[in-house]
Amino acid sequence: MSSTTFKVLDSAVPVSCWACSIGHNDSTLFCPHCSKIQPPPGGDYFSVFGLKPRLNLDLAALETEFHRLSRKLHPDRFARATENEKQWSLADTALLNDAYRTLKDPLHRTEYLLKLEGAEIGPEADAELVSPGSISPASSQAQAGNGRKDPSRIPADLLEEVFDLNMQLEEMHGLRKKGRADPELQSSLTRAKKKFDRLLGEADMDLRAEWLAWDEGDQAARLAAQDRMVALLDRRRYLSNLVRDVTETLGA
Amino acid sequence: MQGNTPVVIPGTDGSRLVPSVVALDPAPPEGGRPTLTVGSGARMALIETPERVIYSVKRLMGRGLEEVKEELKLLPFHLASDAAAVQPDPHEVPRIQLGELQFTAPEISAYILRQLKRNAERFFGAPVTQAVITVPAYFNDAQRQATKDAGRMAGLEVLRLVNEPTAAALAYGLDRSKEGTIAIYDFGGGTFDISILKLRDGIFEVLATNGDTHLGGDDIDNLLLAIALDEIYAEHGVDLRRHPDAVQALRKAAIDAKIGLTTAPVVHFDIELANGDHYLREIPREVFELLIEPILARTAAPCKQALADAGLKPEQIDEVVMVGGSTRIPAVQKLVDGLFHLSARGKKPHTELNPDEVVALGAAVQAGILAGDSKATEEMLLLDVTPLSLGIEALGGTVARIIERNSTIPASATDHFTTGVDGQTNVAIHVVQGERELAADCRSLARFDLKGIPPMSAGLPRIEVKFLIDADGILQVSALEQRSGKAAQIEVKPTYGLTDEQVENMILDSYDHAEEDFAKRLLIEARNEADTLLAAAARAPENPVWEQLTEEERTRIQVAREYLAHATIGEDPAAIREAVLILDYATRRFAELMMDAAVSSALRGKTMDAAGEDLGEEVTAPHAMAPAEFK
Repeated sequence: MSSTTFKVLDSAVPVSCWACSIGHNDSTLFCPHCSKIQPPPGGDYFSVFGLKPRLNLDLAALETEFHRLSRKLHPDRFARATENEKQWSLADTALLNDAYRTLKDPLHRTEYLLKLEGAEIGPEADAELVSPGSISPASSQAQAGNGRKDPSRIPADLLEEVFDLNMQLEEMHGLRKKGRADPELQSSLTRAKKKFDRLLGEADMDLRAEWLAWDEGDQAARLAAQDRMVALLDRRRYLSNLVRDVTETLGA
Repeated sequence: MQGNTPVVIPGTDGSRLVPSVVALDPAPPEGGRPTLTVGSGARMALIETPERVIYSVKRLMGRGLEEVKEELKLLPFHLASDAAAVQPDPHEVPRIQLGELQFTAPEISAYILRQLKRNAERFFGAPVTQAVITVPAYFNDAQRQATKDAGRMAGLEVLRLVNEPTAAALAYGLDRSKEGTIAIYDFGGGTFDISILKLRDGIFEVLATNGDTHLGGDDIDNLLLAIALDEIYAEHGVDLRRHPDAVQALRKAAIDAKIGLTTAPVVHFDIELANGDHYLREIPREVFELLIEPILARTAAPCKQALADAGLKPEQIDEVVMVGGSTRIPAVQKLVDGLFHLSARGKKPHTELNPDEVVALGAAVQAGILAGDSKATEEMLLLDVTPLSLGIEALGGTVARIIERNSTIPASATDHFTTGVDGQTNVAIHVVQGERELAADCRSLARFDLKGIPPMSAGLPRIEVKFLIDADGILQVSALEQRSGKAAQIEVKPTYGLTDEQVENMILDSYDHAEEDFAKRLLIEARNEADTLLAAAARAPENPVWEQLTEEERTRIQVAREYLAHATIGEDPAAIREAVLILDYATRRFAELMMDAAVSSALRGKTMDAAGEDLGEEVTAPHAMAPAEFK
């Protein structure tokens, strides 16, 4: 649900280091000359790790870099430093942690990159919250995770199955309330779960194919890949919610 | 840290544990505020004057009135508001009534911390002003803030709050050869925490943490106590619940029984009641295990959830470390073995570190990391997580999550707000912690009032609010109206905590005489301690229990008394302190015998107050060795 403020910089802003006064651009965590910690840099999460935006990442290398940077930035290392350095350490480490958390997870990474490129993502995207007491319609976007209930978001090829499934889930809940069970309904739901799990796996594979397309492609190829990824994320989120609901109902 | 090893600093009585018992001493005859005693010296008062004593105050930290009432049900102390004529504001920090005075939970904690501060100062012979304090991993923001407040009141700058299981991991993993995925199962007195960490190259990375802040060894004690009270009533018609001192004595017997069953296959209760009847109960270990099984079973769900959050199966946990006194119970070790499939893989849970001390040792390691001057901790780094999701209450009462649980801290998130009314200059944000969908089901953290927003048409302002959870796990909020570039002033109204101003007013040394000269204070304190102990030791031969000592023991006490009397005349606090320890050690068995005698007489329905009437007015308990002085 968190939105991210970031500036994608084509040419970074020049600043001078507070410690040694030598100039550098503001996209670094440490002064390249005297190594002192700097205020949080501009730039995106990828640049924190010295990477250009890309979807396929070497996770082991990412972790190693994360550990290396943590050792240098963490507030524990600045317990005896000046107030400013302490503040920057806190902000820089938060940035590092936020970046790692986002880039480490394939879905978050995809969503993040799409946002960087200005694409519109589904219902979980940045919504404006209005302070209590107002009647602005913007507040209705704050309901997270309810995309499934909106019929326009159901993947077209699954409409029938989803309606069937919803009926079966309701039936199951009704029976449960009365303390009864129906083994046939149970196995039908189990089969449905297996099917949606498989579809989920297929969506993941399709997504990875799009990653390759985006990483390797030119501007036009990238735009096409972006559109497809937006749709895939939507589909994937939908399927994942379905699987979760069925699992909950079965497992209860 | 001493060199490369963490070391526990002993207390004034030589023991390494300071029980979190705080007793209000009797009012001084010349008037003025009574002092407070902390630790084993306060334990005696628990049986004699339970209405002046509080223990396990940790359970009350960062909590509101209703929850505190729940916790207090089986405890002898009560809320000030119970006696009040007017219903208190539910957002007021609860005050506990001790004798004639009232204290908030952070103030009580501050007295305990101050005692520890003094123990440390005696040990180093120098002032101590900074501390690393551990908290249960599952403590929420309000509980953490209350702990920091307590530190501040005690005159300590809290450099870092460390989660208890993580601290244990630091102590365990100090030996760099340990790498892999470990689980810390921390079953303490009042709280249960489970943390899963990855150790690699000196980096301790917490993957997931979970727990229950209402679950601990105290629950086992209270269960045994409740059963005993019910049976005594059923079999003997005596309702001991009317006698808080008898309840406390019985509780001590229950704790002894619990501890006994760790090694013995059966223990016996034999309590003499006021009417001369005896309550006899044999408790075999199998029965005990059956009784506590539901309590232990409650630790399973948090463990499973933590594994799920970490994306791990039980078999992927390389080692399990047991923390907390209650993990000595064989049934607990068996449960852990089952949860993590240990013996099936030829492994056992780690119990080689003292479960009562390992957390403190870990805190020392963290202090070493912060100080940056120990070779052992040079390469170590702790990456901890926030245990609870952070969210904002949105219209309709649902929660919009902004930081997920188990996010590595420090962590941040940004959100945008706007106004709903033309010219609106304030925006209120309600921040909650928890995993539920509705804000009402989560833990209310605070209301942040963002003020000073330039008046504009409704919906026009773009207020960027940045939420930052710092390395202590505490939330900081900053806000900026982006169109005008103006930073908003934020007024924080904690739901369950003290305001900064209130903490300022409670800083402890404003109650004491301010001693300018530290060395002078050390000497005065050492002499005071010596005098108390000497006076008590002088009376010892008058006590019937004196007869039970051997000739050798009595001689040793005599010699120690003379040695201390001599040291007191000198000017060296360290020498006095050493002599105090010697006399204290010499009288240890005497103190135990006195304690046992007092326990049985309390259960005979005779309170120490009543006994005090026979023997004289004042009852003081400043020292472990000198339980009750009867003047």
